[in-house]
Amino acid sequence: MSKPVSIYMQTHPSSAGADVAALARIARAIRISSLQMVHRARMGHPGGDLSAADILAVLYFNVLRVDPASPRDPGRDRFILSKGHCSAVLYAVLAEAGFLPREQLLDFMQPLSMLNGHPDRTKVPGVEANTGPLGHGLPVGVGSALAAKMDAAPWRTFVLTGDGELQEGSNWEAAMAASHFRLDNLAVIVDRNGLQLDDTTERTMGLEPLADRWRAFGWAVAEVDGHDIAALAERLSVLPLERGRPSCVIARTHKGRGVSFMEDNVEWHHRVPTGQELARALAELNGAAR
Amino acid sequence: MTARFDCREAFAESLLALAAADPRIIAVTNDSVGSSNLKAFQRRFPDRLVNVGIAEQDMVGISAGLAGAGKIPFVCGASCFLTARALEQIKVDLAYSRHNVKLCGVSPGLAYGPLGATHHSIEDVAWLRAIAGVTVIVPADPAETAQAVAAAAAVDGPVFVRVSRHPVPAVHAEGYEFRIGRAVTLREGADVTLVAHGIMVCRALEAAALLTADGIDAAVVNMSTVRPIDEQAVIDAARRGPIVTLEEHTTLGGLGSAVAEVVVCHQPTRMRLLGVPGVFAPTGPVEFLLEHFGLTPPRIREAVREFVSGRG
Repeated sequence: MSKPVSIYMQTHPSSAGADVAALARIARAIRISSLQMVHRARMGHPGGDLSAADILAVLYFNVLRVDPASPRDPGRDRFILSKGHCSAVLYAVLAEAGFLPREQLLDFMQPLSMLNGHPDRTKVPGVEANTGPLGHGLPVGVGSALAAKMDAAPWRTFVLTGDGELQEGSNWEAAMAASHFRLDNLAVIVDRNGLQLDDTTERTMGLEPLADRWRAFGWAVAEVDGHDIAALAERLSVLPLERGRPSCVIARTHKGRGVSFMEDNVEWHHRVPTGQELARALAELNGAAR
Repeated sequence: MTARFDCREAFAESLLALAAADPRIIAVTNDSVGSSNLKAFQRRFPDRLVNVGIAEQDMVGISAGLAGAGKIPFVCGASCFLTARALEQIKVDLAYSRHNVKLCGVSPGLAYGPLGATHHSIEDVAWLRAIAGVTVIVPADPAETAQAVAAAAAVDGPVFVRVSRHPVPAVHAEGYEFRIGRAVTLREGADVTLVAHGIMVCRALEAAALLTADGIDAAVVNMSTVRPIDEQAVIDAARRGPIVTLEEHTTLGGLGSAVAEVVVCHQPTRMRLLGVPGVFAPTGPVEFLLEHFGLTPPRIREAVREFVSGRG
């Protein structure tokens, strides 16, 4: 596994400063860790873990002002994983970033583990919100950003949502509130992989035109290739997209990204890889490293 | 006739005083500035009142985010919507996440009588006390409401305070000190104990006075904290004899159930649960509905008399 890149607490992150190769190594490392964790636990959500891996690598190693030595620092940026079922990749990136020992990842979903199937802020350093039921992260993020505004504090709030979960109405209550309160210290990143549990989002309950919907709710919107690390680093480093408005970055992604037989395959939403499948997946991911 | 008070006034005054002393305290509401009696709060602390519009799920989620940044949100809204619409947010964002947020369920029970069962909140205590880590308080009069709000602020964790609208007289003597988890005996009695909370406490006291004419010596206990319940107070009552519970709530899962859980485990005795008997209440003014469900002092007297004589 690659060594962590220590660039915490930087005051002015910029794409110019992003070490794209290092970020790519981290993204690959957390893909590998998360697949191993799901295989070992015999439960998890590998498809969504893999679609979010590049976003998380960029956030934790190039954007968020967080410090594993002081995970409750009042001035930290807040990151909320609203798609809480993708806890494996969150724990993996938290371990890479130094919030928990890597060995602890072996404990994922084991009896009495603090690494529950869905993240628990009361147990895991670096976790900001207990998520799992969908549509919970954004309202919490709005409250967080609102508190920073009340205190005129410079820290920011980032929420990563799935795309299917945008079918939950609570997101749109929060979207309305975020623009009403002019929360330009809040950014939502939508992991737009196009698939939900059973089928595509568009066949299940269509979300398009998604960018227009966010705009109609008063948000500044940008779209980005959610697997292009340089593009992600650039986009997420120049927030807000517009002063006085919350930012929505729609990251176009692929579920199962990085493993050929998982990519864009709805079956891998929560299928667990066999030993053989895991070996093939790791060979592909490690092969990509060469 | 004794003066009666809408507990929302004491609630609002207490919240305002707390906010003046602690800048972390804020109010969060769902287009309920008027109905939650928050107008004075809004005038005094316009930047510390967050009105999220008609969006209860968002209101509770936002409060969790505010608490995560060190605020102490008092979430104020009609109890029926606050608790039912946002129940998953209360469970996950507040209780499971152990956020320091206070839920003020305003105009609970049958307070919205004529508006009908959509607006009655006769399940809120049952729902909230089933969730781990939530303190549930149902104050009986203005003094207790004011103190319950202050006590909620002093606890680190989610607290639900039911803020009654239907006017009640003061039932506590001057100098009464409310403590979370401590029941208080308002009237001694040897034959039967009436365990009540909220707007039913004054009715229990009136019924107990009427029962003396029947030769029945009834004790009255105000069980204002439903969770954590005062187990010893229940056990003491059960040792004395039978227990009748009274609540402005369904008899499924509320105060009666909470008392019964202690009784069956520690000190079995006969019980009678008075309240709304597991049905939707019809339309009508609050006093009409209380009469309809046998929750007026004369009807309570009747029920207790029959129960004590073994006929009820």
